[in-house]
Amino acid sequence: MRRLLLAATMAAGISVSANAADAPIKIGFISTFSGPGGVLGQELLDGFNLGLESTGGTLGGRKVEVIQADDQAKPDVGRQLADKMVESDHVQILTGVNFSNVMLAIAKPALDAGVFVISPNAGQSQQAGKMCHPHYFSTSFQNDVPAEAIGMYMTHKGIKRVYLLAPNYPAGKDSLAGFKMGFKGEVVGEVYTGFTQLDYAAEIAQIRAAKPDAVYFFYPGGLGINFVKQYAQAGMKTEVPLFGPSFSFDQTVLPAMGDAALGAYASAFWNEHYDNAASKKFVTDFEAKYHRLPAPYAAQAYDTARMIDAALKSIGGKIEDKAAFQKALETVKFDSVRGKFRFNTNHYPIQDYYLTEAVKDDKGRVVMNMKELIAADLADPYVQDCHMPAATN
Amino acid sequence: MSLPLFLEQTLNGVQLGVMLFLMSAGLTLVFGIMNLINLAHGALYMLGAFIAATVAEKSDSFLLGALVAVLATAAIGALLEVALLRRFYHRSHLDQVLVTFGLILVFNQVTQLIWGAVPMRFNLPDSVAGSIELFPGLNYPVFRLVILGVGLVVGLLLYVMIMRTRIGMWVRAGASNRAMASAIGVNVEMVFIGVFAAGAALAGLAGLMAGPILAVQVGMGEPVLILALVVTVIGGIGSINGALVAAIMIGLIDTFGRVLLSPALGSMVIFLAMAVILAWKPKGLFPVHG
Repeated sequence: MRRLLLAATMAAGISVSANAADAPIKIGFISTFSGPGGVLGQELLDGFNLGLESTGGTLGGRKVEVIQADDQAKPDVGRQLADKMVESDHVQILTGVNFSNVMLAIAKPALDAGVFVISPNAGQSQQAGKMCHPHYFSTSFQNDVPAEAIGMYMTHKGIKRVYLLAPNYPAGKDSLAGFKMGFKGEVVGEVYTGFTQLDYAAEIAQIRAAKPDAVYFFYPGGLGINFVKQYAQAGMKTEVPLFGPSFSFDQTVLPAMGDAALGAYASAFWNEHYDNAASKKFVTDFEAKYHRLPAPYAAQAYDTARMIDAALKSIGGKIEDKAAFQKALETVKFDSVRGKFRFNTNHYPIQDYYLTEAVKDDKGRVVMNMKELIAADLADPYVQDCHMPAATN
Repeated sequence: MSLPLFLEQTLNGVQLGVMLFLMSAGLTLVFGIMNLINLAHGALYMLGAFIAATVAEKSDSFLLGALVAVLATAAIGALLEVALLRRFYHRSHLDQVLVTFGLILVFNQVTQLIWGAVPMRFNLPDSVAGSIELFPGLNYPVFRLVILGVGLVVGLLLYVMIMRTRIGMWVRAGASNRAMASAIGVNVEMVFIGVFAAGAALAGLAGLMAGPILAVQVGMGEPVLILALVVTVIGGIGSINGALVAAIMIGLIDTFGRVLLSPALGSMVIFLAMAVILAWKPKGLFPVHG
């Protein structure tokens, strides 16, 4: 009887694994879909879905089931969603996360449970350095690097005196720290403002009095819209030029900033006018489907879907072989919208950074125009703290 | 800090205060007269900005956008009062907070469905878009001076209307004793609909005045609501002149706190001020009832 039971169990086991190859790949897509940050989740999801569409709705030839959920920009909500997706939905990949603090709450429990975590945006330093993990990958950037790139550019251009502004929270401090790594001139003012501050008239008056050569600021989303509009209305735009990271000037905020953004500069590894075949196809398809220009968030998520597809194709779709999937991701080759794409040893990208400028396109929309290469193959500084363990199952 | 910079920051503080007053006026009106805590005030503020931005973009007229936004938010306010909120006048404040908090979520989601998640464009007409030189070395944005003017006019009109006119008398009568006011022939029901619509229109006005300098996006009402509640409580709930004094005080404290203090202290200095004032005057600076 016991032997029979064993045989039956084994048979059941075999049938399960036989089914597994046909079973859809389950992906958990946790992002922010409500509140002021809701635009980010929507960009990421639209980009990811377009990426999936471009691969025929499959990843590595297998069907895909995407389970999406709204983290409301709250780490605790994100953690609960991740636990549910890992334990009851049995997702194999978690992605979608846009905020670093949410990712910090999600990554460790999901990785401990053996799930692959692929960040399409959140670029916290922890997983780039000491907490790097064989199953954690980032297809976007490490938070410090875009700021460091624009600092390098401003040094190169001979800009001497810079005024810095950021919200008083971890990513704001990271951004200014990253900037100071790249910038060798004098910092004449460094201001951290409240995270829900609406009015910047007082700060703008202080900037005017300090007479810097340039302003570098890190204000994501609505904060940046407030700041840039008020800066232009105060007549400062023509006096002191504005510099920011790419996500201070992208298509989630540029339509609302309008003319106030014109003439501002940013550092970017991709923009909507990037000149390569994959990027052009992406922008055309995105506009046709969603009737707006994509922001880098959408491009990163588009790349994420296509990267997973390429990695899985190279191993016959066997995502269940985790060591093989990890190796496939580490050496993945695909047509990135960034032209070239490769992972560093900490599984964060090494990529080129360009200077972009806010201009009007022929349809009268405010877009970021590609100017010149700032730095090729830029890597984040945390990689030296990462001792990546060998691939295992 | 040099003298011109000090003057500019003082002007910034007063201007921020007047903007806060515009947001608080409707809140304190409804709170004081109808004893209703309306957290959805922030949602009406958001709708005012969205409607004005849409109409102004389509018609190329800021004034038309402003007019439509004020009328539309007044109508939405009246509808809310008749359909839902009048049932809550005699319920506890906790019930009122719960239902109006629910309204915030509903309005945010509906706004996202209609206008999408990407923040809206809201351009100023060229006549008020630039800056003018107030004195040598100080260019001040024209539109901020417009906000200053509108806020002061609104404050004056409200004060005159409530304290000096027959309508204002009905409103005060209905608020202090509803049954007696009805008995002497005041249609309290209509008066309350009117007050709530006026409160909503003030929220809409605040939203459309803030729209060109702030991000017009889903959820833009919540950070403003918190500041408006602080102003309302410091000024004395229901007091229009209290709200004006408190708003300008908060504007100045916040501006100089941000400039002179460390970032952590600067962002909480208005809440410290609130604690000190309420310890000194628990009913606010200008208490309305006793």
